[in-house]
This record gives sequence, structure tokens and C-alpha cells, in this order.
Amino acid sequence: MAQAPALPAGFELPLEARLPRIGAVDAVALEERAASLAKRSIKREAKVWALLLAIRTTDLTTLEGADTPGKAAALASKARRPDPSDASVPPVAAVCVYPNLVPAVRERLAGSDVKVAAVATGFPSGQYPTAVKLADVRSALELGADEIDMVIDRGAFLSGRYAKVYDEVAQVKEACGGAHLKVILETGELGTYDNVRRATLLAIAAGADFVKTSTGKIAPAATLPVALCMLEAIRDVYEETGRRVGFKAAGGIRQAKQAVQHLVLVHETLGPEWLTPELYRLGASSLVNDVLMQLRKERTGAYQSPDYFTLD
Amino acid sequence: MGGGFGERARLQVPAPRSDLSEPEPVVSELDKPKRDLEVPGDWTYASAPESRDIVRIAERYGHFVGGEWLEPAETYETIAPRDEEPLAAVGQGTRADVDCAVAAARAAYADGWSSLSGSERAKYLFRIARLLQERSREFAVLESLNGGKPIKESRDVDLPLAAAHFFYYAGWADKLEYAFPNRRPRPVGVAGQIIPWNFPLLMLAWKVAPALACGNTVVLKPAETTPLSALLFCDVLRQAELPPGVVNIVTGDGRTGAALVEHDGVDKIAFTGSTEVGKGIQRRLAGSGKRLTLELGGKAANIVFDDAALDQAVEGIVNGIYFNQGHVCCAGSRLFVQESIYEPLVAKLQRRLSTLRVGDPLDKNTDIGAINSAAQLEKIRELVASGEQEGAEIYQPPCTLPEKGYWFAPTVFTNVAQSYRIAQEEIFGPVLSVLTFRTPEEAIEKANNTPYGLSAGVWTEKGSRILWMAQRLRAGVVWANTYNRFDPSSPFGGYKESGFGREGGRHGLEPYLEFDR
Repeated sequence: MAQAPALPAGFELPLEARLPRIGAVDAVALEERAASLAKRSIKREAKVWALLLAIRTTDLTTLEGADTPGKAAALASKARRPDPSDASVPPVAAVCVYPNLVPAVRERLAGSDVKVAAVATGFPSGQYPTAVKLADVRSALELGADEIDMVIDRGAFLSGRYAKVYDEVAQVKEACGGAHLKVILETGELGTYDNVRRATLLAIAAGADFVKTSTGKIAPAATLPVALCMLEAIRDVYEETGRRVGFKAAGGIRQAKQAVQHLVLVHETLGPEWLTPELYRLGASSLVNDVLMQLRKERTGAYQSPDYFTLD
Repeated sequence: MGGGFGERARLQVPAPRSDLSEPEPVVSELDKPKRDLEVPGDWTYASAPESRDIVRIAERYGHFVGGEWLEPAETYETIAPRDEEPLAAVGQGTRADVDCAVAAARAAYADGWSSLSGSERAKYLFRIARLLQERSREFAVLESLNGGKPIKESRDVDLPLAAAHFFYYAGWADKLEYAFPNRRPRPVGVAGQIIPWNFPLLMLAWKVAPALACGNTVVLKPAETTPLSALLFCDVLRQAELPPGVVNIVTGDGRTGAALVEHDGVDKIAFTGSTEVGKGIQRRLAGSGKRLTLELGGKAANIVFDDAALDQAVEGIVNGIYFNQGHVCCAGSRLFVQESIYEPLVAKLQRRLSTLRVGDPLDKNTDIGAINSAAQLEKIRELVASGEQEGAEIYQPPCTLPEKGYWFAPTVFTNVAQSYRIAQEEIFGPVLSVLTFRTPEEAIEKANNTPYGLSAGVWTEKGSRILWMAQRLRAGVVWANTYNRFDPSSPFGGYKESGFGREGGRHGLEPYLEFDR
């Protein structure tokens, strides 16, 4: 994945003057298209396929001040074997935690393919000097993270200091070495879909392996229109340069139905090649049990009480 | 007394029944064998059909005249275009049938409908609107079955808009004096209304609602291929207890329409359909003193500038020409792309076409349904062949079309010149012609270079340009950064050969009123 980022056409540096002219998005039409894709009726085999994919692409997440090694390890157990009573349910893609919890998670995940993702760069606000953010990234990697979920500096973005945002992402990418970098835009703070598109292209230009909607700490987070907006930007980069950047929808996805709608979005915008954990992730915590409940219903014909699904 | 416990009557214990089997052991859901679902290798959406059971179609229908069903002398079969299944026998209206209907309408008019207060008329219209909402799913299924359009559209567009029209005009019924101050509005009399097959129920609502709101009575002839939703509508009229004769429905083909147009007892004709037939009607009515409104064809220009939001413009283009299989008078059938973004836009458009799902109109995931009739399919094929012959380049995404029924894949022609038939004639199918332009002035020139003038679309992020274009486009409706937007409050109608008169809004009342000044 580590390669010199190819810039989409018209995207030359310096950015301050150019960026406001990039990325016209019509909000009304975008929301309508997202709503129309959300109306797809996905049933039976197609639904099971989507539910299993949702599990395989989940980054099981806990990002609380009160997280302890015990809590994080328990989540890691759940990540390895989401449904103890059904061996056909695959493990999730990754576990996402604050840096201090990485060792406990790593230990519990030893021997499995589930990755460890750490949030870094002064998550969630990003309001710290660059040097502090880079130190955060380095220590997360030293503690054993496979993937880094960074936040962009929204203060810099909204005050027009795009070059600073770009530089920071590029430096974090460098600090990551071979580790996989996800760049969180915090779309709920960006204000317009135009800005979301610009921030997406900016992050990709600076070297993101994945672009991610939100920290999950504020609303709105991963709405369908915002996801569609970012997917279209990813598509444009792919069409122009051949480079595939991944997408992570995080925040506010609690129900299996929402997860399936997000997958439909990817399927009909980018195509089936993107429907894999290498290029798609769902950042969620309570989603997994709802998906398991739906899977159980498809298999047995009945909904079970939540008591039958372990919390971890 | 006596006997005590020893002599107490023995309880009669019934012998065990031999016909009962052993009770089944209770098995927990968790232990029940799990159904092994065949998980496919890729994500093909399973079929999601809407059930037909909600609508009951009779074997045979007559004409609805004076609140009663008139036995038809002659009938013909109406079918489902998705697989040519015969649905019902409906009346082929004769001159005599039309005569009865007009007489019933006249009687109802004179009998009190015209002198009923506006608020009383409004109550009937509100009732009809409410009933349409309640029976919305039933009507949507019928409309998709008889007409061919996807259930997604009939459910989410046709039915809500039809109910909305009745609600809207119910609101005007008692405010005509305010709508036309100092002009003393009065109803015209008996209106003859002829509607097309592309939005059968919606076109009925567009005609009947304003006519009734203004105090007129109506004889309506639905299109030959799509009579069923109008006939089911008669049941709504019965439920609403509309006085008999206020709305009469006579089914049949062009001959029935001609009989209605020529009838001396009709005061006003409203026609929506092809320009050719519209011209014929106008000639017929010249000198007759009858009022006339025509809503005819179009060849709308959908104009995309280089600063447009491209992905959303593609959605608008697709909606503009593939909505309802392109059977839309205001369809954006000529795409004008600014040359500077021609390649990326056409690439996006072709890519988008590959995600359009052509299939069973009753499947909730279908985007493009069946072509309405064999005749229309033939017209589309003929024009598409002419396009290829004249030198345009054709693109159709790979899609499997069902064997039975009438189907056409979504099509895009590039390298189209203004003079090609596919850029001049209304195709009324899922066929888009792409042309280019360099400057806004050129876009105006080319967009207006057509005998039609119904609608147009403009795609640009620059607000001043939207206003500039809208002022210069010779089209009755101009959409900016959107397409195919309708609202009962918004007047709809064309310039030039797209007709005259407006439907919707306060303007839509005028054709149904006489004024003293």
C-alpha cells in the first residue's frame, strides 16, 4: 500500500487558492440519491451475504475514558468469535482502541487475523501541536498497533490553512512506516458536502490509505449522503489515477439495516471490488449483535432475545 | 346422607384417548437445525416482488356514467406490458356511450353541482384525496401492472402526487373569488378530458381536480392501453359519495376520444398527448366556440455546464430520461454538455447506466420497467435504428431483457447532430441524445432550436447563470440542478408546439372558468 500518492487532476499544490474551487456537490441531489439507494430491498440470500460482509468488515470499537485492559480484552474476545454458537460467523476485521489499551488487545488477539487499530494524533479533537500528534502516533505503533486512525486538524481546515492539514497527514503517513493509515475527517464539523469532498481529496492526496467519516464522538456522523459524497471522491481518484483508497463509515451505525444500506452505497457507487476488509470498514460497537440477531433470524426464522447474544 | 368418604362417588377418570400422539419435546430455538442459506459468491440482489393480492381486477368493466356501470356494446382486452398477460375486458366507447356520458354530465351540472358552494365541492375533493392516500398501495400496484412503470415510482411519485393534486385543488374550490379578484369566475360547464398512458392516474388527477374545484362536471377518456386505474378510481368516487354524473369515465381508443371532442354538449376540451393528435383536435375545434387546452410533446434540453456538480448532474440526467422509461413529455431527451467536460461526464454517465436495473415492474428494486405497448416499442426501435443509420454512436449497458413483454434497454447516443431525427423527434423511450456546446449563448440557441418548448434543465453551481439561462430558454418549465420535479402548486405546460394552457397552481384554474371581464 505504501506508494507516492498520485494527485487527482487539477489538484496541484499550493492548495489555499485552489481548494475552495474544487469539489462542487449539489446537496439536494446527493441526499436524494442516497435516499433512493437506501430503498433497495435486500432479502434472503442477498441479505445474509451482506450481513456476513458487515461482520467481516467491522472495526469493533471502544473509545472511552473509562476503558481498562479488562474491558478491551473482553472486546477482543468478541472480535475473534462474535457468535460462539455459530462457527460460520467470521471474525471482525479489527479492534479499535486508544493507544494505552493496545497491549491488552494484542495479547487477546494473538494467533488470529484480527488487526489492532489505534486512534492517534490527539483523538478526537486534534487540537494539539503537530509534534505531540506525531509522538502519539509513534507510541501507538511502539505499543503494537497495526493500523492508525488519525484525525485531521479541523480548526486549520475551516480557517483555510489547507497546506497545514495536508502536511500533517503526510507527516503522519511517514511516521506510520508500513502501518495502514486511516484519516478521519470528522464530517459533522465540516459544514457542507463541498467541504467533505475537498477534505477527502486532500487526505487522499497527502497519502491516506483509508478515509474515515467520523470519530464517533459527535453527531451527525456517518450519514448515507456523507458516505456517498466521500465514495464519489474516492471513485474520481480511482478513475483518474488507478489508485484504490479505502473507506470507513464510523459513528451512528447501530442497526444491521443501516449497515446493509451502507454496503449498497458502496456496491452501486464503487462496485463489488471494494466490498472487502482491505478497502471497506464499518466502525461500530453495538452493530455486531444486531447483525448477529438478523443472521439468526434468517437461519432459524425467528428473532431471539438480546440475552442470547454475548456482550463480549 | 350417609356413606362418608368410602361411599363418595368415584371420580370417573376418562380412558386415555387413543387418537392423541405423544407431546413433542420442547426444543429451544438455539438447538433447532439451522437453515443453510445458499450464500452466493457475489452480491446479486434477490428478487423483492410487491404482492399483487392487494388489488382485485374484475374480468370485465363497463363505462361509468351517471354513477352507474353502463354495459358496453363492444369491448377490448387490456394487458400487462411486462408479460402481455390479459388483465380485463374494458369497453370500447361508441358515440352513443359518449352521448350518454355527456348527457349525464350536463344533468349533474345543471342539477346542482355548479351551484353547490365552493366549500361543499371542496369536501368531496378532500374525501377523494384522502381515499387515494388510503388505497395508495392498491392503486400503485395496479398502475405498475397495467402501465409497466416500476412500483418504486408509482408508489413514491404517482400516487402521492395524485392525492396532493386533489388536496391542493380542494383548497381552491372556495377561494375562486380571491384567485381572480374582480373577474367574477364561473364554471365553464361540461369538460371533456382525454389523458395519456404514461401517468394514467396522475393525469386523471391533474384533469379532474381543477375541473371539479371550479364547479364543472367531467367526461374523461383514459388512454387505450391504461384504463384500469381510472376504472378503479370510480370506486373511490362511490366511496366519496360524489353525486352521480359529476365524473363520468368512458374507455376506448382514439375513436372514442374523437367522439368526445366532436360532441356538441361539451363546453371545453382538455387533452394531453402527442403533438400530432393535439393539432388535429385544434383544427377540429376551430370555430366551434369550445375552450381548449393542450399539453403535448417535448424534446427538452438538459444543459450541463463545466462547473456543475458532476455526479449529481449525472443523477439528474438519468432521472431526466430514464424515469418512467422515458415516457415523459418533459423528459430531458437532449443532453447538452459543455465541451470542456464532455469526456468525464459521458464516462460517468455510461458507468451509471450499468447500475440501472431493468426488470419486473412489481419488483421493488427495479429502476426501469416495461415499455407501455408494442406500438410504442416499435416507434422507439425505429427511431433508434435511424440514429445508428444517421451516424450517431450508440451505447447500451449489458442487460438481460425478459423474453415476454415489451422491453428496451437504456440507451445513450453520442456524436449526435442537431439535424438527426433522434435530436428532433420525440422518442418517448429510454433513449438519450448527447450533443455539445461551447458557450452559454450557444446553449440557448441550440436548446431553443426545436418546435417544442415544454421543459429544460440547467446544471451549474453559478446562481447568476441559472437566472440568465432561465430567462432565455423558451420552455414552460425550467429546472435548475434538478429534474422532473412536480408540485400541484406549480403551473406546468409548454410553449410553441408543446401546447398551451397550464395545469397546476392558480394558473391551472383558468382553463376551467368563465370570466365576466
